[in-house]
Amino acid sequence: MNLTLNVWRQKDRNAAGRMETYKASHISPDMSFLEMLDVVNEDLIKTGKEPIAFDHDCREGICGMCSLMINGMAHGPERATATCQLHMRKFRDGDEITIEPFRARAFPVLRDLVTDRGALDRIVQAGGFVGVNTGGAPDGNEIPIPRERQETAMDAAACIGCGACVAACKNASAMLYVSAKVGHLVNLPQGQPERQQRVRAMVAQHDHEGFGHCTNQYECQAACPKEISVGFIAQLNREYLHSSFGFAEREDSSTGVG
Amino acid sequence: MPLESNIPPGPVAEKWTRYRSECKLVNPANKRKFKVLVVGTGLAGGAAAATLAELGYQVEAFCYQDSPRRAHSIAAQGGINAAKNYQNDGDSVYRLFYDTIKGGDFRARESNVHRLAETSVQIIDQCVAQGVPFAREYGGLLANRSFGGAQVSRTFYCRGQTGQQLMLGAYQALCRQVGYGKVKVRSRCEMVDLIVVDGRARGIVVRDLVNGKIESHTGDAVLLCTGGYSNAFFLSTNAAGCNVTATYRAHKRGAYFANPCYTQIHPTCIPVSGDHQSKLTLMSESLRNDGRIWVPKKAGETRRSADIPESERDYYLERKYPSYGNLAPRDIASRAAKEVCDEGRGVGSGGRGVYLDFAEAIKRDSRSRIQDKYGNLFDMYENITGENGYEQPMRIYPAPHYTMGGLWVDYNLMSNVPGLFVLGEANFSDHGANRLGASALMQGLADGYFIIPYTLANYFASTKQDRISTDHAECKRLEQETDAQVKKLLSIKGKKTAVEYHREVGRLLWDNCGMARSKESLETAISKIHGLRSEFWENVNVPGTALDLNVGLERAWRVADFMEFGELMARDALARDESCGGHFRVEHQYPDGEAKRDDERFMHVAAWEYQGTKDPVRHIEPLEYEKVKPSVRSYK
Repeated sequence: MNLTLNVWRQKDRNAAGRMETYKASHISPDMSFLEMLDVVNEDLIKTGKEPIAFDHDCREGICGMCSLMINGMAHGPERATATCQLHMRKFRDGDEITIEPFRARAFPVLRDLVTDRGALDRIVQAGGFVGVNTGGAPDGNEIPIPRERQETAMDAAACIGCGACVAACKNASAMLYVSAKVGHLVNLPQGQPERQQRVRAMVAQHDHEGFGHCTNQYECQAACPKEISVGFIAQLNREYLHSSFGFAEREDSSTGVG
Repeated sequence: MPLESNIPPGPVAEKWTRYRSECKLVNPANKRKFKVLVVGTGLAGGAAAATLAELGYQVEAFCYQDSPRRAHSIAAQGGINAAKNYQNDGDSVYRLFYDTIKGGDFRARESNVHRLAETSVQIIDQCVAQGVPFAREYGGLLANRSFGGAQVSRTFYCRGQTGQQLMLGAYQALCRQVGYGKVKVRSRCEMVDLIVVDGRARGIVVRDLVNGKIESHTGDAVLLCTGGYSNAFFLSTNAAGCNVTATYRAHKRGAYFANPCYTQIHPTCIPVSGDHQSKLTLMSESLRNDGRIWVPKKAGETRRSADIPESERDYYLERKYPSYGNLAPRDIASRAAKEVCDEGRGVGSGGRGVYLDFAEAIKRDSRSRIQDKYGNLFDMYENITGENGYEQPMRIYPAPHYTMGGLWVDYNLMSNVPGLFVLGEANFSDHGANRLGASALMQGLADGYFIIPYTLANYFASTKQDRISTDHAECKRLEQETDAQVKKLLSIKGKKTAVEYHREVGRLLWDNCGMARSKESLETAISKIHGLRSEFWENVNVPGTALDLNVGLERAWRVADFMEFGELMARDALARDESCGGHFRVEHQYPDGEAKRDDERFMHVAAWEYQGTKDPVRHIEPLEYEKVKPSVRSYK
């Protein structure tokens, strides 16, 4: 296959970027999208030019490090697929492909197609965990967990933290990401003690990072390589609402008011 | 320097309990005075960083990825072993210990392995408490499956994403400490040197991968948790960024590298499809629980799988190993696949593949049942190959996966350089010459959550050292050295790319130091890699500048280390003139093709000392078996 690529090049965080056009020749349909970019980069290096920087690591769709807007779609046109698992057989000979970084105010571009997604880590740091130290855990079978609950928790926990939901959203909202962690932990008995603080802290950090609000367009679910359901956003909203009441009650009792 | 393993006295089963009662402790109020540098944030590093911070130490953690959640532990699919005996099928700590020792072909330290088996039980409890969504039965209790090489069901799992869920458990624990200000995480930051002052590891030199700055970080101990070196083969199941740089550069500063020739070739990977390929994808070995492995009986078979009648198929694992069948350990299954392909009976393009057939399981259990168990793996297979595994057999072939070798450590997980600790896959570990399925996650978490907190406290409590600032002369010297190396790489401006050199050294290692090795092939590898190394430093082309996000530069220095290390791997394989586990020397086999150990001459760990331009020196640590009697490892 022979393709024409329009690729976003940007020297660093502060520089202005621009689109540049490259030819990708002799591409095999068995290559992954990133292997196609490897070929282009090898050609660039051989002519003394700097390769296109893009994030990637496991190349098997689980680490969440790869990104890319491919023809305007986060992770490209294939449903439920991360860019590293997208194969060139999904394209046609002669295609023109536009490749850009994930765009969001909370994801500044570091170079070319590489963005800083540290905001997603900071959301988890704010409360996306069960607050237990190592040691002293009860036996794993001490608390039976209904299989359906555990399966629901696992559906949410499958999030790979790539940020495609943000890139796909017109508001650059990370609500699907937040809801996946809240949905994972709230569906397990271990997540109960902190459920109210967790949802409030995570949402507050989300807003603080400059992500937008959710307006129920469901683009996030369509772009998600792990098909995390927007149902978890609904659950997040219920949790958030519930936590407001919970907090109000506790504050009242502690201050002796009401 | 003699290799002192510091194994505590007493019967094997009581050593760890005794150690924990007798080791020295650091007063809670004093812990905050110690600073620990943790390199790598996978299961071992993430668990260690979180746990040490919980205890009160100051922790700084480093990873080359953009987030500490992405380390390659995340890709482990199958599961994690623990001697819980929830299934009432006869499991025990002793059995897990015994299976691991035997699986490692009697080349692991008994005391470490027993400790690992004991600790396995706590890991599951800890992970459940963190909210790891392990698979459960309808009654709500934890589910188990049996996994390669085990006769009991002791493997805990989260669908096909066990590594991911355990990784996220450790990541969340780490994030919690970051939020509390107890851990500083430096992502997109790569360790490029080890700072040794007065014979002790006191810090690391790193390169910030975003702005290219070289900086020193100092502390009271350094923990390397940087994974394995399978990417030396170019094509492996490891992530693209996995590298040997941290451990190899520590080796160059005096840490001994143990058993580098012990590499695990995993039997169930998707076969290579062409030269463009950048990595190989593993499919969980759990597939072997229901899939049957076969090749045509006739060499040069051209019919489609469906047209080959039952009587003309060779289910070679079931035939050769009736009691373990398709679940034979990894090294054995891989070698058997190579053997049938060498006989011309391989399937798929290039003849390097064997069938993994689910037809019978689908008939027995229904397609939806199989889909429940392995759906994501079938999808992944179809995505990569364009073939449907429910309708036709999958094709698989072995690929480099895990490395049992690593930096030498004593019972405390400390290398021969005091203050340098090595955890998880990066150490030479508890797996001997071959690792059993679902044991890597167990070891990474055991080291990080439950072993290092004790052994590190013992080290701090028995060591007196002054604070060292990053202005120390040794820091400055190493920073300059690194800087010079970066400048050198950028100035060569030769004709070949780093990737081309990587592909070449990988091919040399795979052909000559892969699944079957001989004196001849290893000597070839050593001399050719040596030549390739000198050529690299004259002819590599690395564009761009030093103070920049420069992906070409990152790759080039990793490849430079892989080449030097590849030579060491071949040297070790040459010196180990026996077959054991994943190390198969064609000169040493039984008439039926099984690996033939030489306990008389090689029942020891080989640890290599770096000597600069001279040949490295091989030291040995004899292995003593007091609980298990070494025998011929048979799975028939």
